[in-house]
Amino acid sequence: MIPAAVDYSCPSTVEEAVQALGDEDAKVLAGGQSLIPMLRLRLAAPTLLVDLDRISDLRGVRSDGDHLVIGAMTTHAAVLGDPLVNQYAPLLAQATATVADRQVRHRGTLGGSLAHADPAGDLPAVVVALDASMEVAGPGGRREIAAADFFVDYFTPALEPGEVLVSVRVPKREGWSTHYEKFNRMAQGWALVGVAAAVRRDNGTIAEARIALTNMGSTPVRATAVESALTGADASLEAVRAAAAAAAEGTQPSGDLSASAEYRSHLARVLTERAIMAAVGQAHAA
Amino acid sequence: MTITEVGSPRRRKEDARLITGRTMWTENVVLPGMLHLAILRSPVAHAKITRVDTSAALNEPGVVTAFSGRDVADVQGSLPCAWPVTEDMVHPDHPPLAVDEVRHVGEPVAVVVARSRAAALDALAAIDVDYESLPVVLDLEAALTEDADLVHLDKGTNRSYTWIFDSAEAGSGGAVGAAFDGAEVVIKRRYRQQRLIPAFMEPRSVVVDPTGDQYTIWSATQIPHILRFLVSVVTGTPEHKVRVVAPDVGGGFGGKLQVTPEELIAFVAAKRLGKPVKYTESRSDSLMAAHHGRDMIQDVELAARRDGTVLGLRVKLLANMGAYLGLVTPGVPILGAFMYNAIYKFPAYRFECTGVFTNTVFTDAYRGAGRPEATYAIERIMDELAVEVGLDPIEVRRRNWINADEFPFTTVAGLTYDSGDYSAATDKALELLGYDDLRREQAARRESGDPVQLGIGVSTYTEMCGLAPSRVLGSLRYGAGGWETASIRMLPTGKVEVITGTSPHGQGHETAWSQIVADQLGVAFDDVEVLHGDTRTSHKGLDTYGSRSLAVGGIALYNACQKVIDKAKPIAAHVLECDPADLEFAGGQFRVRGNPDGGKSLADCALAVFAAHDLPDGIEPNLDADAVYDPDNFSYPHGTHLCAVEIDTQTGRVSIRRYVAVDDVGRVINPLIVEGQVHGGVAQGVAQALFEEAVYDDDGNLLSGTFVDYTLPSAADLTDIVTDRTETPAPGHPLGTKGVGEAGTIASTPAVVNAIVDALRPYGVRDIPMPCTPERVWRALNGGVA
Ligand SMILES: Cc1cc2nc3c(=O)[nH]c(=O)nc-3n(C[C@H](O)[C@H](O)[C@H](O)COP(=O)(O)OP(=O)(O)OC[C@H]3O[C@@H](n4cnc5c(N)ncnc54)[C@H](O)[C@@H]3O)c2cc1C
Repeated sequence: MIPAAVDYSCPSTVEEAVQALGDEDAKVLAGGQSLIPMLRLRLAAPTLLVDLDRISDLRGVRSDGDHLVIGAMTTHAAVLGDPLVNQYAPLLAQATATVADRQVRHRGTLGGSLAHADPAGDLPAVVVALDASMEVAGPGGRREIAAADFFVDYFTPALEPGEVLVSVRVPKREGWSTHYEKFNRMAQGWALVGVAAAVRRDNGTIAEARIALTNMGSTPVRATAVESALTGADASLEAVRAAAAAAAEGTQPSGDLSASAEYRSHLARVLTERAIMAAVGQAHAA
Repeated sequence: MTITEVGSPRRRKEDARLITGRTMWTENVVLPGMLHLAILRSPVAHAKITRVDTSAALNEPGVVTAFSGRDVADVQGSLPCAWPVTEDMVHPDHPPLAVDEVRHVGEPVAVVVARSRAAALDALAAIDVDYESLPVVLDLEAALTEDADLVHLDKGTNRSYTWIFDSAEAGSGGAVGAAFDGAEVVIKRRYRQQRLIPAFMEPRSVVVDPTGDQYTIWSATQIPHILRFLVSVVTGTPEHKVRVVAPDVGGGFGGKLQVTPEELIAFVAAKRLGKPVKYTESRSDSLMAAHHGRDMIQDVELAARRDGTVLGLRVKLLANMGAYLGLVTPGVPILGAFMYNAIYKFPAYRFECTGVFTNTVFTDAYRGAGRPEATYAIERIMDELAVEVGLDPIEVRRRNWINADEFPFTTVAGLTYDSGDYSAATDKALELLGYDDLRREQAARRESGDPVQLGIGVSTYTEMCGLAPSRVLGSLRYGAGGWETASIRMLPTGKVEVITGTSPHGQGHETAWSQIVADQLGVAFDDVEVLHGDTRTSHKGLDTYGSRSLAVGGIALYNACQKVIDKAKPIAAHVLECDPADLEFAGGQFRVRGNPDGGKSLADCALAVFAAHDLPDGIEPNLDADAVYDPDNFSYPHGTHLCAVEIDTQTGRVSIRRYVAVDDVGRVINPLIVEGQVHGGVAQGVAQALFEEAVYDDDGNLLSGTFVDYTLPSAADLTDIVTDRTETPAPGHPLGTKGVGEAGTIASTPAVVNAIVDALRPYGVRDIPMPCTPERVWRALNGGVA
């Protein structure tokens, strides 16, 4: 299919973009890797596309005190190769490396992935696990939204009409160890389930854990039961396995051609165990 | 003759243009005044069309015309089925555009022709169609029950045909009933061949250009010659007024072995308008409406002795035809009928296949067509036999296969296998895999309860390709022959044009044919141009499918070369002032026997013929030659594929650890091309085992309608493939070659599934339906129904 006819604008500042988005049926275009297929299948038919490509402020990674600030238009490829990201948020780099294929990673953006809010997307769970926050700009000015509040429902971010995601603020988590465990059917495909794990250890025991799951509901889900079971536990396989058994608690995974809900729940438990063991540096075979 | 080219791994001469895309695909054809056609397709699986209104579409920008099936009902004809496998086969009409009823999702209902593709697609929304739902038939077994709903109401049945082969009746073996009566072991299994989509890289595309009373059809097809003949027959256009061009074609895998509704719709539209019309499908349309493959239920029963000797085999198939019969739809399972006995020499065999209509897109040829299904069933059940009688799967095969000294061997299915050495190929494969080491590792992993289990799968196969002896095709009621042609045109400067009746769509014929001609005529590889796919240049041929091009067309080519040499000989003798009988031809030179100097080359003869100033009396000034070859047997490549898989028992994920393919495809013209065919074939077979499935929901909607859901593996999903060969030259073939186009697909699927089941036997698993997805494997491991 081909997209329906649509107008196009290409502003060079965030303010102009916000203004252009005043048009009711306007939609932001970032890397186009998700939006263009939707236009082609006519699952979306905006009247105006506001392309953020020329807004240079939206690209790049910088350090801001104990946070990293990553521009929404930073491509997956740029995130992957960025030294600051690799130093302070290796979980994001590692998960981004599992997104799609090389071509998609060179066009697709971090902001687009988050604003798209696909429950199968890998990066929403990562920003939730890292407790990042989203800076957005809109007709009423700028505001910040915690990652935990940003994902509202299937493909629904907490953006008001006319709002643009500007950047993602990621806390530098020194002393934490992390891992993203993704299970997909096809080597370059979407996650059936993914697990983003961040663990802080203190004298051999786990002091704190943040676990977020990909594709176990309409939004990324925190595995809170696992987190509390881990707190104070030692990092042994037995303890981790016992904690991970609660991974699917409170989740509502969907079933589709690739996996049933029951299988997703099973995967959540297995992958959570693996993610934590990998994070604490004791990955076992399999 | 000094052989230099044949056997050398030449890079393919066509690749530069194919890989860079700087070539003529059908979609690249642009003609003055060309219009674009878009097709409105049925959104429902079965319904009466109560009203179609295309009038509003006419008011849309750029629209030239719009029409529905009703508007062209009396001129569009019915799509052909060339293989009425039985006399009483139920063969419904198949209008290119549905007229009164739609019978599968994606069936063409109406068209818009506009000045741009975008305008045509946009205007489809303005067409109004009312459908009145009819019951949807999807399940093969339910479709055959007495009170079943019907796909074709007027036919009174969903059964298209039942075709039977019985070795006792055919005189090729004993009675299968007796074999079972006396058997110590009887194994009964049901296997399912899931529905697959050929998924060629280049979507189908067609341009029809009416100029005067001449129609030129460019089409992304495998079969330009058959298409020309059938367009002429179906539309009543005189054959000499139809020219078909298959320019470069981006893959087919049987999916373009079809006369498609879209080709005829474009023809009808171009004829009505008197203007060139192009249609290129989208990927979604392609997945939904281009013919699918496989989709069979196989009930297989094997009788054997306790020592593993097979006594007989019963096969009962239900084959899903879809809603209509495509070009060779009914014949695809019949091609498999002769292959269930595979490389084994058991004495009794009965095969029965029933073709069933359902409200799905019609099925037809897909790489291997019938033979992968047969090979899968027999190779799976041979493993079951091995387990049942406590033998290694290799050993049980050894006890039953035809030995090298028993060729030619007439099988229980009535074919005569020309040659082979199953033992040699198997021994080589075992060594390359490290079979014994892996068996030891498997035992150790089982012992220690390793969460990652190892399985080894065996597939020893042969196949019948090189389609086909015309007389055999006739006896199977196929509508055409199986011969092939080649022509050679000697240009005055000594360069050579070769015309082949085969129609490559990615296989590399231009390279292989050049290598053969270079050796035979003693000209340089680069001095040969291979022309194909345009019925104006190549007026005769039976195209490319069934691994036939080299196996059959190669002999035609060889024979044409000999004719050129024969024609040149008296001319060379005349110039050399000797008796033709004293001349020998080698390395492109005619020389007087015993005299290494002062020869005349073929190029000299070509120039002499061009000038024609001084030719012997009564000699036609012409070196060009045609040859048509009709084989008297099929080609029987064979081999052994072994696959080792690792299974993560926690998740059910299957990873191929090592894959070894030892194929015997006779003499090899170009090892690089052969290896490419094996790699691609194995990839497609692995895809059936692990990844692909076309799925309809209960209403007949295609759920796997994009590449997100129809999970076609990429290189990243596959593994290194260790390839090797044994070489048993095909007797009776001057080049000694056998077909290789489908071998990999035929062999690999059972190798992979056998490996998976082998790994999981300790868990009580004896089958997993394909594709063996992680979830299905996990369920099987947990005793659930996969
Ligand atoms: C073949 C393929 C495989 C893929 N596999 C994966 C995978 O495995 N894992 C994964 O996580 N993703 C995957 N993706 C998705 C990929 O990561 C996309 O790049 C991403 O989802 C969207 O990013 P984009 O920049 O292309 O956004 P676009 O497609 O341009 O936009 C997506 C949506 O977000 C909105 N949007 C974009 N940017 C902003 C902004 N700054 N402010 C407000 N709204 C905005 C758009 O309006 C649109 O609704 C895959 C995509 C493809 C094509």
